[in-house]
Amino acid sequence: MRKIEFQTVVDAAKELCARSASDLPADVERALAAARAREISPAGAEILDSLLENARVARDEKRPICQDTGVAVFFIEKGAEAVVAGGTLTDAVNEGVRRGYEEAFLRKSIVRGPLDRVNTKDNTPAVIHLEEVPGDRISIRFMAKGGGCENMSRLAMLTPAEGREGVIRFVVGAVDAAGANPCPPIVVGVGMGGTFEVAALLAKKALFREIGSPNPAPALETLEKEILEKINNLGIGPQGMGGVTTALAVHVLSHPCHIASLPVAVNIECHAHRSAEVVL
Amino acid sequence: MSGTIIKVKSPLAEGAVESFRAGDVVRISGVLYTARDAAHKRIVEALDAGQAPPFELSGQIVYYVGPTPARPGEAIGSAGPTTSCRMDSYAPRLLEAGLKGMIGKGNRAPVVVEAMKKYRAVYFAAVGGAGALISKSIKSCEIIAYEDLGAEAVRKLLVEDFPAIVVNDVLGGDIYETGRKKYQRL
Repeated sequence: MRKIEFQTVVDAAKELCARSASDLPADVERALAAARAREISPAGAEILDSLLENARVARDEKRPICQDTGVAVFFIEKGAEAVVAGGTLTDAVNEGVRRGYEEAFLRKSIVRGPLDRVNTKDNTPAVIHLEEVPGDRISIRFMAKGGGCENMSRLAMLTPAEGREGVIRFVVGAVDAAGANPCPPIVVGVGMGGTFEVAALLAKKALFREIGSPNPAPALETLEKEILEKINNLGIGPQGMGGVTTALAVHVLSHPCHIASLPVAVNIECHAHRSAEVVL
Repeated sequence: MSGTIIKVKSPLAEGAVESFRAGDVVRISGVLYTARDAAHKRIVEALDAGQAPPFELSGQIVYYVGPTPARPGEAIGSAGPTTSCRMDSYAPRLLEAGLKGMIGKGNRAPVVVEAMKKYRAVYFAAVGGAGALISKSIKSCEIIAYEDLGAEAVRKLLVEDFPAIVVNDVLGGDIYETGRKKYQRL
């Protein structure tokens, strides 16, 4: 077994939270710049210019890109031969979030219960998805997920008869209904198949793929392009002011499912798509 | 968008909102009060109980924002708009009490659009997710009520050339609707 110290995980999680808040990933910035070059709506183009300027200001001055510094979402792949010494992985990640959000002056946006709404004041608990993989490393992927776009996400249990057309209709319909609310241009994560909860999880996981990278499955690559074109034909545009850029990308993940089911989930992500990864 | 930028002073003078049209690009200077869901709930409870709200609503503009904490020596952290529809159930009550403007992002319910026509008020959008940039137009920030709400406390902001776009005007105009129609390809 390979030992990884508790504190090493704490420091890594802390650094991911702090860095992501002000450093927009290169693929997102490239996608915004490409969208700016394509945008034919004057208002839309002006908004995309503001977003690119905002990204520069945030990085140069180490200010949060957006005031909603999100719920801290982690996808962790833990090697079967790696062990955290001195505590649990979950505790270490939460401690990292606690320190990262405090030390980097990020907003604490988590309440302890959906009905009593009392803020936990340290942005914990984080949402942690843990998977065991071969090897002796721990890979930690982090996303700061904003509430406005998360609220526009949807899930449907379609019938197998609805098929591909049903999936396209549901995904495009979710974006259509979201309109200006989720801060377009958005990134659209789609989870297809599995069970009720697997579809939702895949929709979020799909958001981590680099924008501009092809889907490894050719049939899904074609599906993504078709959905993206339909979304950008909606006319919603940057911030909903009208234009040809409503989404920067559509990413689909698919999973085996029951003979009776076709679950499909849409996880909407705003243009301030903040994620980062570290391997310990 | 006309390409011209309209300077707006806040609080808004009597009748000032009448000339705004959906799609107008504005720069707001003066006072803004912040409030999100939790603060709206308390303001409406105060109004319903016949108590004074934490600030005089008449002529004022409310900004839907929960900023990040300010670093030492700075007025405020990042401070872009939050999604306005969560305030839709409270907004008509505030408009009735004299509020003249709201700044947020995203669509408003028909009941809010109708209330804006009835009480002569306007809804502006700021660029969502541009919180670092927007914070540069905020010169001072002071918590004036509900401090226990943290990021959701009511703050009094002094702003200079705060960038926004008119979404809904007093005639019922809606830039989200017209902007979208112009670019949709069915």
